[in-house]
Formats: sequence, structure tokens, C-alpha cells
Amino acid sequence: MILTLNGKQESIDKPLSLDALVAAKGLCPDKIVVEHNFSIISKEDWHKITLKDQDMIEIVSFVGGG
Amino acid sequence: MEDLLHIGGRSIKSRLLIGTGKFSSYPLMRKALEAAQSDIVTVALRRVDAGAKTDNILEYIPKSCILMANTSGARNADEAVRIARLAKASGAGNWIKIEVVQDNKYLLPDNLETLKAVEILAQEGFIVLPYMSPDLSMAKRMADAGAAAVMPLGSPIGSNRGMKTRELVEILVREIKVPVIVDAGLGSPSDACECMEMGCAAVLVNTAIAIVRDPVAMARAFREAVSAGRTAYLAGLASSGSEASASSPLTGFLRNETR
Repeated sequence: MILTLNGKQESIDKPLSLDALVAAKGLCPDKIVVEHNFSIISKEDWHKITLKDQDMIEIVSFVGGG
Repeated sequence: MEDLLHIGGRSIKSRLLIGTGKFSSYPLMRKALEAAQSDIVTVALRRVDAGAKTDNILEYIPKSCILMANTSGARNADEAVRIARLAKASGAGNWIKIEVVQDNKYLLPDNLETLKAVEILAQEGFIVLPYMSPDLSMAKRMADAGAAAVMPLGSPIGSNRGMKTRELVEILVREIKVPVIVDAGLGSPSDACECMEMGCAAVLVNTAIAIVRDPVAMARAFREAVSAGRTAYLAGLASSGSEASASSPLTGFLRNETR
């Protein structure tokens, strides 16, 4: 199935939860915020979301800015 | 009595807000923030790059500072609202600088979309500070919609050209009830001092500190300039005139009075 992660298409071969995706990407959970199909998902709920074909994921964090 | 900036239910000592972009390293940024003694610090939100190992910028911002995320990257009100909600979920608190820009050449704000975002986010309980073009009716509408301050630009972001909008900002200072904070374009401490002498409540500076040879010293210079300008404003600036007005007595010296 195909996901859109931060605007880029990615294919994954087996069902994946949101927390598994974060771990697979090597991201530190404390630094990021995750949006799943335009809804913000709190860290505690990542394991409850199983990703489906065509899901849109945004993962963001703070950077310098004025 | 201590001169404090009242904004968003907080009483703030420093009238110098600092942006965290463009510093060559986070440790250097931290030193500059400490030298500036700012109470409000802006950050931006961006997509993570899974491959890149980057430090968490929040660890380099003094814990006593109010974090104010900006909505840079937003091209309309809906995107600004989405970014604001993400920032809040990231633990940045509820202070948000609304920045809605469609024009990539001058980075001038879209006041209409900015106003729409102010309306929505103020309703949701955010402390909303809109970056805007200095337009009186728009500033009034933003204040009426719940903006905690308005932040007109002095000149385009990062241009370091100073107060090109001076006369329009002066009108806002006179007419707008919420604090007027000049954001963008201030290139030197004297620009910041000028804003404060005009009666602006505060200034927001980023590029003019971040990109110079010694950002820590420049942060201190901006702090001193903001403080000097504020003191001058409170003291009441002397009026200017087109003719001389002698500082020393002109009479009673050497020569007989002829008139």
C-alpha cells in the first residue's frame, strides 16, 4: 500500500501502526508531532492507528524561525 | 513603578522579541538569547527529515522564555490554523505568531487571510500576534477579533532596511489599543531604538542578530538600544523645529546689548 508521508509517497508491504512508523523512521517521539489524515494524534494514541492505503501522514518538529 | 509590557495576560520585562532562524549553531543562538535577555522567542515548525540527525532546538531556548511558534509556510488562513494547532500539540504553549505569505519575493503578509486566522485562533484560546502590513483598518479589525498585539513590518523580512513604513506604523501606535510590535526589516540597533522612541510597545528581531559576525554582542546592542528608545519615549522626546534654539544664553556676555 501507498502512504503519503510529509508530501512524499512511500510504499509499505505490511500493515503498520503509527508508532511503528515513527520507530522505523528513527524519530524521537518527544520532538515530533504527528498528523494522520489532517487530525493531530497524541503520542499515547499512536499505537491505536493502523495505517491504511492512501493515508496522509505529516510529521513535524520545531526549527529556528523568526 | 516597573515598566512592563502587558500582553496575553502576562507582564513582560523585555521589549525585545527574538527570532531563532539563521543562527550558525544552536549553542551560539542560546548565547545570543541570553545576551538579549528576551522573554519571548519565536520558532517555526517544519516537516522532519527522517535521515537528518538534528538537535532539539527547544533545548537551547532558556526555560523562562515564552515560546511563540510562527505559522511561516502558511499561504492561507486554513494552513495557518493547521500549523498553529500542530504547534500547540508540540508543547509550545498557546502563543502564536500568525504569518500568512503568498508572495515569495517580498514576503509581504496577506492581511485578509491573516485576519481570518486571527478570528479562528483567538476563539480557540490562542494568544495571537499577527504579522501584518501596517494598515489601520486591518489592525483595528485584528485587535477587535482578539489579537493580543499587532506586528506590522518595518520593511521586508530579512532586508535589514529599517523603518520604511514609519508613518503608517506611527498611525497604528496612536490609534490601536493593543501593543504595536514592529516585526521584520529592522537591521540595526538604531532601527530598533527608533521604533521604541516612536512609542512602539516592542520589536521582534531575528536576521539582524543571527547573521552578523558576533551575534552575542549584537543581541546585547539591540537590548541596550530597545531599552534606550523606551526610556526616551517615556521621558517625552523634545519637539523639533526648523530654526535654531540656543542652548546657551545669548545675552549678557562681553558685548553691550544693542537691542
